[in-house]
Amino acid sequence: MPWWRKPGQPMKYRFAGPACLALIAIIGGAGFGAAAEFKPALVYDLGGKFDKSFNEGAFRGAEKFRLETGIAAREFEIQNDAQREQALRRFARDGQTPVIAVGFSHSSALEKVARDFPGAQFAIVDTVVSAPNVQSIVFREHEGSYLVGMLAAMASKTAKIGFVGGMDIPLIRKFACGYRQGARAADPRIEIIENMTGTTGAAWSDPVKGGELARSQIDRGADVIYQAAGGTGIGVLRAAADAGKLGIGTDSNQNGLFPGRVLTSMLKRVDAAVYKGFSDARAGNWQAGTAALGLKEEGIGWALDDDNRALITPAMKAAADQAARDIISGKTAVHDYMSDGKCPPAGAPGG
Amino acid sequence: MSGPPAVWQAAGPVLAPLAVALAAISIIVAAAGENPAAALRTLAAGSLGSREGLAMTLFYTTDFIFAGLAVSVAFRAGLFNIGVEGQAMAAGIGIALAALYAGALPGALALPALALAGAAGGALWALVPAWLQARRGSHIVITTIMFNFIAGALLGFLLNGPLGAPGSMQPESPAFPAAAAMPRLDDALRAMGMTPTDTPLNLCLPLALAAAFAAHVLFERTRLGYEMAVLGASPPAAAYAGISPARIMMLAMILSGILGSGLALNELTGAQNRLILEFTGGYGFVGIAIALTGRNRPAGIVLAALLFGALYQGGAELAFERPKITRDMIVLVQGLIVLMAGCFGARARSGEA
Repeated sequence: MPWWRKPGQPMKYRFAGPACLALIAIIGGAGFGAAAEFKPALVYDLGGKFDKSFNEGAFRGAEKFRLETGIAAREFEIQNDAQREQALRRFARDGQTPVIAVGFSHSSALEKVARDFPGAQFAIVDTVVSAPNVQSIVFREHEGSYLVGMLAAMASKTAKIGFVGGMDIPLIRKFACGYRQGARAADPRIEIIENMTGTTGAAWSDPVKGGELARSQIDRGADVIYQAAGGTGIGVLRAAADAGKLGIGTDSNQNGLFPGRVLTSMLKRVDAAVYKGFSDARAGNWQAGTAALGLKEEGIGWALDDDNRALITPAMKAAADQAARDIISGKTAVHDYMSDGKCPPAGAPGG
Repeated sequence: MSGPPAVWQAAGPVLAPLAVALAAISIIVAAAGENPAAALRTLAAGSLGSREGLAMTLFYTTDFIFAGLAVSVAFRAGLFNIGVEGQAMAAGIGIALAALYAGALPGALALPALALAGAAGGALWALVPAWLQARRGSHIVITTIMFNFIAGALLGFLLNGPLGAPGSMQPESPAFPAAAAMPRLDDALRAMGMTPTDTPLNLCLPLALAAAFAAHVLFERTRLGYEMAVLGASPPAAAYAGISPARIMMLAMILSGILGSGLALNELTGAQNRLILEFTGGYGFVGIAIALTGRNRPAGIVLAALLFGALYQGGAELAFERPKITRDMIVLVQGLIVLMAGCFGARARSGEA
């Protein structure tokens, strides 16, 4: 079964791939120059291309594709909400395809533009847009959060760990819920202190407040703090490092930001998703539908490198690896907050 | 009025900073390793040279006319209203409440009702700082800035709770009913069998121009406009002449809030068709620069709004076409124009006195 399809999903667009290939072959036969032209595009979210986190992951994926194929994606960083639709439409009209919209905020704009350009291929990261020419790429962040929750509980000496989220939205509660389940699985009596930074977009870029929240959690006894807060998270990691405690990074590998003071990073491979999206489209394997990337698809993981090797004991690594295998095999079920808007009152380990 | 016509008097302070800004753009573009002449061509062609570009420019212009007028009407009365952003947010809340809860209104009544609800929201948000200034002497610069934060927090609370669309990750309201959509230029083009421009340009543009004309009449031809000007020039003189400063302040701020609500109307009923978090996009602050560039005259404000609209749209086009030019460079250029407008505007004002 291909990676983009959830088990059990109907093979609705079974013929789209071969049809695309056939089309490319026909065009290729007609004129080599036209077929060789592959024109991908990326539209970043308000955070901007170099946000050290989510958008930058997308950029790295496009960069990897460029280095391998020599094809540079056209890209646009939006400045205001009116530009979402304008940018997508503009790229579609210029014949760019596929166009990847980075971030769930593009969903309403993409719904309209995808309808108007049925011949173009679109993709959106972090949310689902149902249209025959849109590929939705979502991540099972709860699985990775479960693993780093286990590691946090095992690394904690105070049996108290913290979580600092960015904007209070279901996506971030999903992180918190997975983290809670993992921590409880490793230590049923662990205490978890959770804070969200805010309720507006500003909560993604407020490292000062992130640092304050982390310090208050440390004052209450937490000695490992997981951040899922975009740019705010840098403040969380810094506060933990300054206090001699441990932080946990998100999205990109942030172990190297404060070597020896970042326990690990929950990796969300936006880069891999963008790279794969471009590569598949180029090879004619592009498919509409929803791709949910988790541990199994290596879209989610946790970072182990020279910066944190000393912090992860062999027992911790063994436990996390075993849990990862159990999640992949289905033996351990990690509850997804977004499936029902609830986080189970954990106490009993999941599975 | 002596001298050249008002439009040309107004054009001077717009054209001078434009010339300086274009020079600045050329230097920045050259430093980034692009050809300045080609970049300027892209800027011009992208903002004015195509139907789509021009329509998008005029869409931004609509926002900027409303924002600039809102700042200038308060400024006439000597009040520095930094709160257009917050007043537009409050107007947006009013519009959304009307659109979502009074959806039963028949089509022809829906849009005027939304505009009224927006105007009420904007006026209410301007009224509190105005009252505090008039009665308590609380400085309006401080209070209007603070009210921006309060409006932002209120908007965030509403969209994450009572007004939020159920099941959506976005802090946004459900989509407005169809009757709440402002007629767009594209609707007219389609009706005439022409290709649509795919831009949100809508009926708010003529509304903005009408507002500018009304402001001109207010400033130049009415007793209230005169009283505002006297108060703005010299509060003691106004008091001596029997003008009530409190009354004029409140009226000026109410008008300012109503004008600011046009920004929300354009963005929400014209483009987004739902209430979203950052729909004001900082345009309320840009309004200060527009009022300054336009020397607080409606004709000047329309021209300055067109200039900024063209820069916003042309800037986006630059980012599309020339990968080496990033969005930060465009913000830098916009900042330079504001700075230049400030310099030239200050010179013009001291020359006037």
